[in-house]
Amino acid sequence: TKTRDNFLGAVDDVLRGFKKIDEELYEELEEALIMADFGVDTTLNMMERLRALVKERKITEPSELKNTLQEIITDILTAQENTPLIVEGKPNVILVIGVNGVGKTTTIGKLAHQFKEQNKNVVLAAADTFRAAAIEQLQIWADRSQTPLIKHEEGSDPAAVVFDGIKAAKARKSDVLICDTAGRLQNKTNLMKELEKMGRIIEREYPEAHKEVLIVLDATTGQNALSQVKVFKEVAKVDGIVLTKLDGTAKGGAVVGICESLKVPVKYIGVGEKIDDLQPFDPEAFAAALFNTEKK
Amino acid sequence: MPFDQLSTKLQEVFKQLKSKGKLTEKDVKVALREVKLALLEADVNFKVVKQFIKTIEERAVGTDVLESLTPGQQVIKIVNDELVSLMGGAQSKITFASKGITPIMMVGLQGAGKTTTSGKLAALIKSQGKRPLLVGCDVYRPAAIEQLTKVGKQVNVPVFSLGTDHNPVDIAKAGMEYARENNYDVVLIDTAGRLHIDEVLMDELKFIKSDVKPREILLVVDAMTGQDAVNVAEAFNEALGIDGIIMTKLDSDNRGGAALSVKAVTNKPIKYAGMGEKLSDLEPFHPERMASRILGMGDVLTLIEKA
Ligand SMILES: Nc1nc2c(ncn2[C@@H]2O[C@H](COP(=O)(O)OP(=O)(O)OP(=O)(O)O)[C@@H](O)[C@H]2O)c(=O)[nH]1
Ligand SMILES: Nc1nc2c(ncn2[C@@H]2O[C@H](COP(=O)(O)OP(=O)(O)OP(=O)(O)O)[C@@H](O)[C@H]2O)c(=O)[nH]1
Ligand SMILES: [Mg+2]
Ligand SMILES: [Mg+2]
Repeated sequence: TKTRDNFLGAVDDVLRGFKKIDEELYEELEEALIMADFGVDTTLNMMERLRALVKERKITEPSELKNTLQEIITDILTAQENTPLIVEGKPNVILVIGVNGVGKTTTIGKLAHQFKEQNKNVVLAAADTFRAAAIEQLQIWADRSQTPLIKHEEGSDPAAVVFDGIKAAKARKSDVLICDTAGRLQNKTNLMKELEKMGRIIEREYPEAHKEVLIVLDATTGQNALSQVKVFKEVAKVDGIVLTKLDGTAKGGAVVGICESLKVPVKYIGVGEKIDDLQPFDPEAFAAALFNTEKK
Repeated sequence: MPFDQLSTKLQEVFKQLKSKGKLTEKDVKVALREVKLALLEADVNFKVVKQFIKTIEERAVGTDVLESLTPGQQVIKIVNDELVSLMGGAQSKITFASKGITPIMMVGLQGAGKTTTSGKLAALIKSQGKRPLLVGCDVYRPAAIEQLTKVGKQVNVPVFSLGTDHNPVDIAKAGMEYARENNYDVVLIDTAGRLHIDEVLMDELKFIKSDVKPREILLVVDAMTGQDAVNVAEAFNEALGIDGIIMTKLDSDNRGGAALSVKAVTNKPIKYAGMGEKLSDLEPFHPERMASRILGMGDVLTLIEKA
């Protein structure tokens, strides 16, 4: 829409105005990264690499500077091997985790739909037994993709739901079991322990399954995203990131620092609230969108 | 992160400086670079930081270095004072209509905490001896009305809704009607989360506003929000003319720089802080505490006093 362009057009316009590579141009790029939530450390680190590459390649064109920066960012985002969520010919279990309100339940709804489209046999488990109407919310998503949902009462033990989910997945010879979990802030030790326990149940009860833990990050989140991934990694083997709400004006640049320092790849992006609004992560398009050279 | 990281850095910057005399422009510039980085690390918007640093610079240059304070702490004190005053000075509360119904509208991005905060506010208002009614206008998010209904039950406040087959504008209107007929004096309207760039849904809020004439339109903002907070706050404020802000999820380990950003672009008071998922976890907003938190320090004042 129009409004979106107003918010995002600026950076590229400013960059176009430069005739030669000078400090001011570097500063503009630095500013763009900060505004995209890269954070101070990662931004300074990017700029250092950019300057080194400019020297090495004897770059003189201002327009090339931006492309080179995009290349650096793309390299970081592709450094981690982006393995598929599920392994064919094996049962799979996906545990979806993250802080409150980032889009876990919605992402599960979208994933279930995608797997169903691939003719996979999917089971969902409503292991968020805490938030008001979280189970009802997942039930609606389950209905949308016609996927069976394993659920208990609100307030019951989430690990028991996971346990029953596994039982059901085995009985149905399912291809994929996806478990929703309650939103939890990484500094809540009890809730993190609870998550750890769910992981243990999966390890113990479903040894034959391929296990995938997805952390959902909200693109609007700033530097706290780093702490989220770091601390969740302490209790779960985090295999990938789903970056949601990229349909807004936030750029989600925090994932670049996360990807580099914590070695977790971004696997999917959420671009809306509808069932189809989940896309595989495209590092190049993401890097380009930081400066709005390419519209999604 | 050590709580007094910025303080330590500033002490280092000023190591050579005598603890008497006036701060020169150069001293201040070097020190403010550290402050700038601290604010950016706390997610304060870049443009807000720039403006803020300019103000501080003007204030700090030529300031006497008080005997009891080292120059580093002197700068921190100026930064802190300016932050607190920018963030709203004394806390403000919800205002109620002198007679008739006080309608309150909750708005914000998806997942910010509107529904939960509606429940918390309902509980608070009820404890003040009023008769609140919750109205569920989110017909989009799966099970949003069920969620509000459960939240209402938990705090013992009735929830009015018409299900998901009605237009949110009509639901709001009918909710007001219902409140009038049943002698409720505060109507809390929970709206669906939406992007500030979604023109259709932003218009919907404008229609609700013009029908209901809310006494308070409260923008609910997630304290973990990064640089985008200014875009969101500016757009909601321009479209609706918000009356206040509630920061949620301040129980996390975030630095919460978004609080400064939204305050700076809207100049509307931050009224409450969400401190957890429980419906009692709502606190009045404290600008001084927020300032210390953004700067990454414990209680700045005690820190300064100790010097
Ligand atoms: N615009 C947009 N909204 C999204 C996206 N993904 C999720 N949402 C919305 O964000 C809000 C929160 O989503 P949920 O799926 O309930 O998030 P959650 O992480 O399960 O939340 P909790 O269980 O409460 O922690 C809902 O209003 C969703 O519709 C996205 O990619 N874009
Ligand atoms: N830790 C913590 N969690 C909160 C707080 N406020 C809300 N939440 C959680 O954040 C998530 C989203 O809250 P909701 O009230 O559903 O948010 P919403 O803005 O109504 O979401 P949509 O209607 O989907 O736009 C839930 O998991 C809440 O429990 C808070 O102050 N602290
Ligand atoms: Mg959920
Ligand atoms: Mg809601």
